[in-house]
Amino acid sequence: MIRDHDALIVGAGGAGLWAALELAKAGVDSAVITKLYPTRSHTGAAQGGVCAALGNQEEDSWEWHMFDTIKGGDYLVDQDAAEVLAREAIETVIELEHMGLPFNRTPDGRIDQRRFGGHTRNYGEGPVKRACFAADRTGHMILQTLYQQCLKHGVKFYDEYHVVDLVTEGGDLGSGGRAAGVVAYRIADGELVVLRSKAVLLATGGFGRMFRVTSNAWSLTGDGASLAYRHGVPLEDMEFYQFHPTGIVGIGILLSEAARGEGAYLLDNDGFRFMERYAPKLMELAPRDMVSRAIVQEIRAGRGIDGKDYVYLDVRHLGRKVIDEKLPDITDFVRVYQGIEPYTDPIPIQPTAHYAMGGVPTNLLTQVTRDAANTVVPGLYAAGEVACVSVHGANRLGTNSLVDLLVFGRRAGRQMAVDLAGVAMPTVDTSVIEPVRAEIEGIRSREGGERAAGIRRDLADVMMDEVGVYRDETALTRARDGVAALKARYANVGVHDKGAVFNTDLLEARELGYLLDCAETTVAAALGRKESRGAHSREDFPDRDDVNFLAHSLATKGESGVELAYKPVTITRFQPKPRVY
Amino acid sequence: MQIELRILRFDPEKDTRPHVETYQVEAGPMDRVLDLLHKVKFEQDGTLTFRRSCAHGVCGSDAMLINGRNRLACKIRVDQLGGRKITVAPLPGLPVMKDLVVDMDAFFAKFRSVQPYLQNDEPEPERERRQSTADRAKFDDTTKCILCASCTSSCPSFWAQPDYVGPAAIVNAHRFIFDSRDDAAEVRLEILADRDGVWRCRTIFNCTDACPRGIHITQAILEVSSAIVRRHA
Repeated sequence: MIRDHDALIVGAGGAGLWAALELAKAGVDSAVITKLYPTRSHTGAAQGGVCAALGNQEEDSWEWHMFDTIKGGDYLVDQDAAEVLAREAIETVIELEHMGLPFNRTPDGRIDQRRFGGHTRNYGEGPVKRACFAADRTGHMILQTLYQQCLKHGVKFYDEYHVVDLVTEGGDLGSGGRAAGVVAYRIADGELVVLRSKAVLLATGGFGRMFRVTSNAWSLTGDGASLAYRHGVPLEDMEFYQFHPTGIVGIGILLSEAARGEGAYLLDNDGFRFMERYAPKLMELAPRDMVSRAIVQEIRAGRGIDGKDYVYLDVRHLGRKVIDEKLPDITDFVRVYQGIEPYTDPIPIQPTAHYAMGGVPTNLLTQVTRDAANTVVPGLYAAGEVACVSVHGANRLGTNSLVDLLVFGRRAGRQMAVDLAGVAMPTVDTSVIEPVRAEIEGIRSREGGERAAGIRRDLADVMMDEVGVYRDETALTRARDGVAALKARYANVGVHDKGAVFNTDLLEARELGYLLDCAETTVAAALGRKESRGAHSREDFPDRDDVNFLAHSLATKGESGVELAYKPVTITRFQPKPRVY
Repeated sequence: MQIELRILRFDPEKDTRPHVETYQVEAGPMDRVLDLLHKVKFEQDGTLTFRRSCAHGVCGSDAMLINGRNRLACKIRVDQLGGRKITVAPLPGLPVMKDLVVDMDAFFAKFRSVQPYLQNDEPEPERERRQSTADRAKFDDTTKCILCASCTSSCPSFWAQPDYVGPAAIVNAHRFIFDSRDDAAEVRLEILADRDGVWRCRTIFNCTDACPRGIHITQAILEVSSAIVRRHA
């Protein structure tokens, strides 16, 4: 079956939904494809807030937000992109309010704001109240509000369709071809559908499921990043993966930085606020990479709780009113998943794999680029976590993920509507299904193959143990060999479920293939970057090296594995300086 | 400890009717039912089919009937269920597609029927619309809904009258009816004054008990029906 839409959006999180809304308002025939129902998307799990320099609580400016984003990203941020992010944050947040988002309010009825890590006044002087929020379910309210508006504007959805391939025309995407649509697998009955289009937006989110302890949903398997990579698009800055400092021990569920924004402490086994040793000015509100490293250092020094591999997050002194009104969800998580009462007990936490700074390279217009000269791939766009603009550089600041998907999701929809004019519908036929059909049927019909779950578990172990908060040549080499061995095992992956109806066994096997691509490029880029910057911390190269590595990595699929190249960082206003908080 | 997990299963490509399959799973007290389902799927039987995504109670994918009550599998622990036997079945009252997966289309159609989006035709101000904290508090509870369908599919009135719009749709209508920025309360009250609207509610409270987000659903339904009464008074 073939269906045509002028524009396709893959993924129904915040970026995809806002893009869809813009396309609908522009009268473009478009559709959103999601492997879940839209309201299940992981944007809904974001908690603490979305930063915009509204200045509702105290003086603020978008220039300060821009600077914080650049410094937080350890100067690997493209500064023109950070400027777009910080400026347009303000209008997108206001627009969300107009769409109905139920922000918490100040006593005079304006959007309430609170502190968040790395967000400061006057270029680093001290914390500033910049994060707009709806209790600690800000992402939930963003996702709901955008979905509601999509319904209002009649956006077409393909719910529970799993995108299994990109369709190209005139060559592959890495060599001059254009995006011409997708092949989607209808989960309900296993039918493969060609959806042709003049423009495709990848808004598929991240790939945290390649790690054992992660805040990410099961669905975050890097589908969009991997499909772009397989079709010749490089992946940018894959070595930069964020470990959020405060995950629930063992299972990784996120406890928002908003807790620390409201004044929560991090305590070692002696009850000492150990951030004083690492970031005396910002303390608990230092950027995430620094706080995660501090936690690991404390644990290594034997100051974890009872000598174990976690420390405490303490909200007790905030009082019940603040906890109930501003942090209700995360304190509920603590009760449900740890059996602890946060009113009266400190909360055991450890770093959890959280966010990919890297991804599919794009320019400021969300058009995907394919080389160090930023040559545009016609018809292909990316926004949100799957994309690398790069606004996060080597380390993302808290709330900037939401800012990113709002600002660049909106830009994507607008840009696609402009670019579509005068473009003809691709003429590809159903034969484009055949490669992926063969792959899927190969997995389905294989007898005696290895199940995906075991390979995925081993992948999560090797990535967690060798490519975590700290890295070095030895560990990364083990990881490279380990992932290669897992890819070899994956070639023999098989499933129990041979059916057509709602075959999640089969789809999980294919998702594992995506994760392996993401892991392989992450490890290769991490091996290549012989310096420490932001979230990429090499114990064998502990210093930042601006002479050799003030550059974005590009990992391309080559004949015999990952090929690395580098492209310059765009620096406009702020020259790189040592990063002290 | 060893848990006996009894799962109501149905594969439309093989079965003519649902049947129970029993699995033995090793579990700790803090494990969630979703962990047990994963153990079965990953280690014993890959054909077991269920939805799940976030695995911590915010996406609404894995609502199912667990020991006779609708709950999220990712949010109910083994020790909370007390006992070594756990039964799992799909949400009641919705068509089963396969095993624990139900067809949600009709559920979402009802959600859409109450116009669940802000409507305000006045020109947008340059900055945010002002809203007092008191006005904001009036609909705070109903903004928490994750559309998991635990409430609607636990409602005896819905089982008896599948055309009943159901608690989830009313919750989402409430969220806008009581939002001071919205102008379409009248339209939604008219929709919900229909014979398949709020009057089907018999205040049985199953919905409130089932809600994994702790929303006071019956209260919200009563606030909506009171608004309809006031409107006709």
